[in-house]
Amino acid sequence: MSVRIYVPCDAAAIAVGADKVAALIEKEAAARKIGVEIIRNGSRGMHWLETLVEVVTPQGRIAYGPVTPRDVASLFDAKFYDGASGHALYQGLTEQIPFFAKQTRLTFARCGLIDPRSLDDYIAHGGYAGLEKALAAGPVSIVDQIFKSGLRGRGGAGFPTGIKWKTVAEAQGAQKYIVCNADEGDSGTFADRMIMEGDPFQLVEGMTIAGIAVGATRGYIYLRSEYPHAKIALDAAIEAATHASYLGDHVHGSGHAFHLEVRVGAGAYVCGEETSLLESLEGKRGLVRAKPPLPAHVGLFGKPTVINNVLSLAAVPYILAEGPEAYAAFGMGRSRGTMPIQLAGNLKYGGLFETAFGITLGELVDDVGGGPFSGRPVKAVQVGGPLGAYFPRALFDTPFDYEAFAARDGLIGHGGIVVFDDTADMLKQARFAFEFCSHESCGKCTPCRIGSTRGHEVLDKVIQGTDPVANMALVEDLCQTMKLSSLCALGGFTPYPVLSAITHFPEDFDASKSHFEPAE
Amino acid sequence: MTHYEPWSETRASAIIATHVGREGPMLPILHDLQHAFGYVPDDAIPLIASALNETGAEVYGVITFYHDFRRSMPGRHVLKLCQAEACQACGSDDLATRAQAALGIGLGETTADGRVTLEPIYCLGLCSLSPSAMLDGEIVARLDAARLDELLAETNQ
Repeated sequence: MSVRIYVPCDAAAIAVGADKVAALIEKEAAARKIGVEIIRNGSRGMHWLETLVEVVTPQGRIAYGPVTPRDVASLFDAKFYDGASGHALYQGLTEQIPFFAKQTRLTFARCGLIDPRSLDDYIAHGGYAGLEKALAAGPVSIVDQIFKSGLRGRGGAGFPTGIKWKTVAEAQGAQKYIVCNADEGDSGTFADRMIMEGDPFQLVEGMTIAGIAVGATRGYIYLRSEYPHAKIALDAAIEAATHASYLGDHVHGSGHAFHLEVRVGAGAYVCGEETSLLESLEGKRGLVRAKPPLPAHVGLFGKPTVINNVLSLAAVPYILAEGPEAYAAFGMGRSRGTMPIQLAGNLKYGGLFETAFGITLGELVDDVGGGPFSGRPVKAVQVGGPLGAYFPRALFDTPFDYEAFAARDGLIGHGGIVVFDDTADMLKQARFAFEFCSHESCGKCTPCRIGSTRGHEVLDKVIQGTDPVANMALVEDLCQTMKLSSLCALGGFTPYPVLSAITHFPEDFDASKSHFEPAE
Repeated sequence: MTHYEPWSETRASAIIATHVGREGPMLPILHDLQHAFGYVPDDAIPLIASALNETGAEVYGVITFYHDFRRSMPGRHVLKLCQAEACQACGSDDLATRAQAALGIGLGETTADGRVTLEPIYCLGLCSLSPSAMLDGEIVARLDAARLDELLAETNQ
């Protein structure tokens, strides 16, 4: 009997050599005449251990990591294929590694566990149970269950998903669409990518349920071009689901039709904004649309459209399968369920950590993430991507919750946390926020297009020491204008990183400090 | 290193024809043209405009809006260095400076011999293993100066 070995095909694992590791294990096993079956799974989310190789034993899956191609021969010498504990990279049972054991995995329950290319494996692990229940319950009940679950848009806006679906369900239109926003452009985020690569059928199932709920027969996944591995995984899943009649004219033998297709973006960050995304899908420049009308009424090609983030749609199968109460039982306040939090930047233990809302920022950074890998103290933590605020240690008691972050002039966004050590220069980070906005602005509204450019120009003057007091006043005034009058969150939220840097790290903006050097 | 086809109007028209009739065919057409030719040649603009019943200005507007689409041939190798926040927190600025010095070009430029195009990229989604890069479509995480030098050496082959 051959030994079953899991080697991730997640992009993060591939980027540190997983493909080579898999090939070498196969080669070494053949040379030593040991029967192995290698399965390319998604990532378990413990990225500092990638490439994380797992061996199936009677006790469970034993982990070894981080495995590099150089380690493969010594792993065989240590009989890792028996789950032996004698190797330095031995990590014990995967699911008992503290980082993993501490989580509440609802959306990521299967990610890393199953073969993402196998529909049978998906179904054997509870896949399509949600669709079965959805078909039995009918559209009105599905929308009601999503509403009761308390699910809010995981892309960042936090809008109640049930209300969005109800609006589209009630809208009139011969053609309606489900659009998945897979344009995960925020630095520090990768949860969408991991789901698409590690459990793609879950997203397909979630979108199918959405289609049945609102009466939409076509769906598009708008995927960023920086994710080629996710494209391959999604295309394969859609083909397999179509072949098994989970997609098509009669979804799982029902009277509901649902067709799904992946469309690839072209490197525009602003296309993560929902109306810009719709323009892009239509084949136009990704210019943000003024709202109203809402996409729920006038969406893709002018038709009623549900547009949800990957994580929102991926949460749907669980809610339908286990019931909305089971999902809503997790969380705090108005933030119900779990959030797949992404720990990134300068951290010892970076990766994907799914947990109920309510955990504090300090627990995430210090306890779960282990602090900076540089060994230096944490200076700032940016939460929620390039448009999220920088938090100092003084705010580490903030619970991970939409309202709690908003109350402290921040946002949780898509759940990305980027840690900086004490070498970070917050004036430079504030300048970057403006520069990034000017690089990515769609150009439709003046506050964003001109404001972001003026913002980094003025901060350049501050850096050069030119009238810093007056220029800092100008920056704050500019931020207020952008915040209040931009058309979308790109211009409207760029002030968050800028103002939070100024508020919480005033020493970095102090003109009397010697670090003010002429700009390059 | 990527090999591209020489420009051919017949080939371009065939690519465009495969997408006409789909919903929102513009981006798929541009991606496929760039995949075939390495960039979207200006000569393709009237062909697309005609096939989709758009103006040439509209097509030009779409091509120039998106960072991915090129209007000229890139270097034989394309090295993209992530410059977004998670990578900044792990030293991506220094790596970009090192790459620019080694190649003698700035971000967004191509070496005079057409060997390498160096570009910034804003997030490869590998932020727990920063800094990251992409060389000719292959992703690399936990980049450091030594690994960057290896990548640069690969562009000499």
